[in-house]
Amino acid sequence: MSAAAPHPTSSNAHLSILRFSTAGSVDDGKSTLIGRLLHDSGNVYEDHLAALEANAKKAGSTRVSLALLTDGLKAEREQGITIDVAYRYFATPRRRFILADSPGHVQYTRNMATGASTVDLTIILVDARTGVIEQTKRHAFIAALLGVPRIVLAVNKMDLADYSQDRFDEIVADFTEFSAKLGVREIKFIPVSALEGDNVVERSGKMPWYGGETVLEHLESVYIAGDQNLVDFRFPVQYVLNPTQDFRGYAGTVSSGVIRAGEEVVVLPSMKRSTVKAIVVPGREMRGEKRQEASSRDAIVIQLSDQLDISRGDMIVRPKNVPRATTQFDAMMVWLGDTPMDTATRYIIRHSTREAKALISNIDYRIDIHTLGRIEAAPLVPNEIGRVSMSTTTPLFLDPYQKNRATGNFILIDPVTFLTVSAGMVIDRGRSDAPGVDQGEETDHNLHHEAALVTTAEREARIGRKAVTIWMTGLSGSGKSTLAKAVERTLFNDQLPVFFLDGDNLRTGLNKGLGFTREDRSENLRRAAEVAKLMNQAGVTVICAFISPYAEERKRCRQIVGEERFLEVHVSAPIEVCEKRDPHGLYAKARKGEIKNFTGVSDPYEVPEDPALRIDTSTASLERSVEEVVALALSRSAL
Amino acid sequence: MHLPTNLEQLEAESIFIMREVAAQFERPVLMYSVGKDSSVLLRLAQKAFYPGKIPFTALHVDTAYKFPEMYEFRDRMATELGLNLIVHRNEAALRDDANPYSLGTQRCCALLKTGALLEALAKHEFDAAIGGARREEERSRAKERVFSFRDKHGQWDPRSQRPELWNLYNGKLAKGESMRVFPLSNWTEQDIWNYILVEQIPIVPLYYAQKRKVVVRGNMLVPVMGSDRRTYEGQNVDEVLCRFRSLGCYHCTGAVRSDADTLEKIVAEMTQVKTSERATRIIDFDTDGSMELKKREGYF
Repeated sequence: MSAAAPHPTSSNAHLSILRFSTAGSVDDGKSTLIGRLLHDSGNVYEDHLAALEANAKKAGSTRVSLALLTDGLKAEREQGITIDVAYRYFATPRRRFILADSPGHVQYTRNMATGASTVDLTIILVDARTGVIEQTKRHAFIAALLGVPRIVLAVNKMDLADYSQDRFDEIVADFTEFSAKLGVREIKFIPVSALEGDNVVERSGKMPWYGGETVLEHLESVYIAGDQNLVDFRFPVQYVLNPTQDFRGYAGTVSSGVIRAGEEVVVLPSMKRSTVKAIVVPGREMRGEKRQEASSRDAIVIQLSDQLDISRGDMIVRPKNVPRATTQFDAMMVWLGDTPMDTATRYIIRHSTREAKALISNIDYRIDIHTLGRIEAAPLVPNEIGRVSMSTTTPLFLDPYQKNRATGNFILIDPVTFLTVSAGMVIDRGRSDAPGVDQGEETDHNLHHEAALVTTAEREARIGRKAVTIWMTGLSGSGKSTLAKAVERTLFNDQLPVFFLDGDNLRTGLNKGLGFTREDRSENLRRAAEVAKLMNQAGVTVICAFISPYAEERKRCRQIVGEERFLEVHVSAPIEVCEKRDPHGLYAKARKGEIKNFTGVSDPYEVPEDPALRIDTSTASLERSVEEVVALALSRSAL
Repeated sequence: MHLPTNLEQLEAESIFIMREVAAQFERPVLMYSVGKDSSVLLRLAQKAFYPGKIPFTALHVDTAYKFPEMYEFRDRMATELGLNLIVHRNEAALRDDANPYSLGTQRCCALLKTGALLEALAKHEFDAAIGGARREEERSRAKERVFSFRDKHGQWDPRSQRPELWNLYNGKLAKGESMRVFPLSNWTEQDIWNYILVEQIPIVPLYYAQKRKVVVRGNMLVPVMGSDRRTYEGQNVDEVLCRFRSLGCYHCTGAVRSDADTLEKIVAEMTQVKTSERATRIIDFDTDGSMELKKREGYF
């Protein structure tokens, strides 16, 4: 494809946005990769390309340097390195992209952190010849620290490594071993040559051993909707709107969760309760659309039924799901300032829309950015990372960063220069000293995840089989549980460690307290998938039976469990048959309106498009159905 | 019409930024340049404070060389939206007949735009100026912050910019310092047009194709102003069906051949476009990196 190809930022207005960043050292070819991505996807304007061609001519070269496409300021061009985060925008017919191009130079940890703070994915480049080096690890560490959910390791310059599969595999193994400690949710490896264009946009003919996606294909298809925290409703009040005597509203952006008119809320720090009288979503309302519901990232105005004294920096939440209100907390911190941290300074802390004065009361340890090990505590110097304890003058309303990226972050501002000197990520430790709910157990920071001495591979070798998760989805009454139990029995008789994970059973224990709202059902499934994953890691094959009506939710479960272990089985029977069976009389109640949001009656069931197996229990016998599922399980669990 | 996902995300982000400005600054001002981006900016400001009024003063830095249609449109919008509009010109420079022909475009811009802007900000003691610049527009803007810090002289130094993480914008200022704020940072030209279409936002008629008197200079169509002999004297004047992709001073803004006379046609045309929008701004042809030079001096 050339630059003259139709510019594809066409009718892409319906597309979701993927934010990603790139990291790599000066020589890894990062600028070339980005240039190649833009050029080959037809996102370079002709006049920009013409300027490059003129440049190349001046330098006596025939080859346009794609790296120059992303090159920023004049001063940097002269120095030949990028020194600040630059944002690029491009689109394909499938997605819109915002790229935070972070420089990888040693002294610019802060730029990487800045770039990583808002992205859904980070591309880290390694040179196929040098492989995983200190800097690669550093980049991955910072991405993990900033909570980036997924990493793409682009193994670049494959052309200079003879397009060797062995070399690629070696680098994959190296990075996999290192990254196990980081706790990044997804890691994808792609062998590329940015210079030659292999596997960037177009598939390469030179690496037939690699059957996977190109960089662009991956960026276009990676699933990110599940990243949103839809469970914990958090609304930091940003601005109070009081235009007329009879209108008082609280303007702000929903940090996480979902809220509807009529719901009960509590306001922090006063702990006063009220109900949501109305939700104004001005974006929609001015277009004439009314919707009394808002979720994560929506910019809205909330009106409450009661006259309360509420101002900027307060937070509106649900009574039974309250963040920690505290003046003492721990955090991981990246020092961004040009001068070192000072433990005697009262910094200004900004958390969501709230401000306070803060002291760094203790420094636990610093991270050696080279070895990523802990080193003795000392005030952080520019570009250093460490763990600290903070003490603030007024309570902040905090969630652990790992649990809620939006309400677990903060910055420190120097009280004299007003420069932003630090970025922090809250760690869940310490007690609530204000009314609210203590979130309990500590969530360890990324790096403290212990790598076990027994690996899943060893367990599977002993058992002689790989554990899989058979995820049965279908309408209520389709026969999921009956089938699941029979399959469990059969596999058990075959000496396989197997467990039937039943939705109702989970709800009496682990998932006690979860209701049947969309968020609660979503959380119910997420936990089920996490349990299945753990059991799989322990070597146990799991059979799950959940209605799980939404394709997106099932996709998320698939991602949690892992693509290679997740076997989707659609237990299908026509709804008339299911309704006739109606073992618990639920359809009858739903038809009468006694049960709301009942799948198949008043809520949709999204039929799986491409399940591993589809079984119609209205035509197939139980024996035949069990045979099919067992055969699938055995074939996919073979080592 | 329903707003597509990506525009809904961009819209919400811009509204958040507008509200931050209102909350964090004492004397914010909304820079109104009359162009399409300004039109979107106004709509977003309306939404951010709906059902209340826009809490910002609006400022038009006028070079006196804008198209007549722009002045008409500006005054109409000010009336319709009930804006508190201030118009500021560098009167001293205009008395000395500042123009790009005798001064060159760079010097002219420095006086009539940058100079006038700094004058206006100082005169009214504005501490934050909201502008419609987008990062995608020009290379030097790719690194621009949403909250862009200016020192006491209104100058921009790439090395003194504050890191911006998450959505935590630091608007703290010492006396005399100011902030430029760009709520449209993450929008592309395409987004702007799609949004204008969905929202049916009024724009200056110059954006729509019609037959106009121009001097054809290569790919560039230089507009002819009857009232200003310098724009046509001694040159061949043609009537060409064309429109403007971006608007500035008539001396320095080229038109493009086009038959797009409705919003739908403009959006369709934009999907085919192969040159950047600033290619029609004559001002950027001065020197390589000219925008960066202007920014360092305080240009928007």
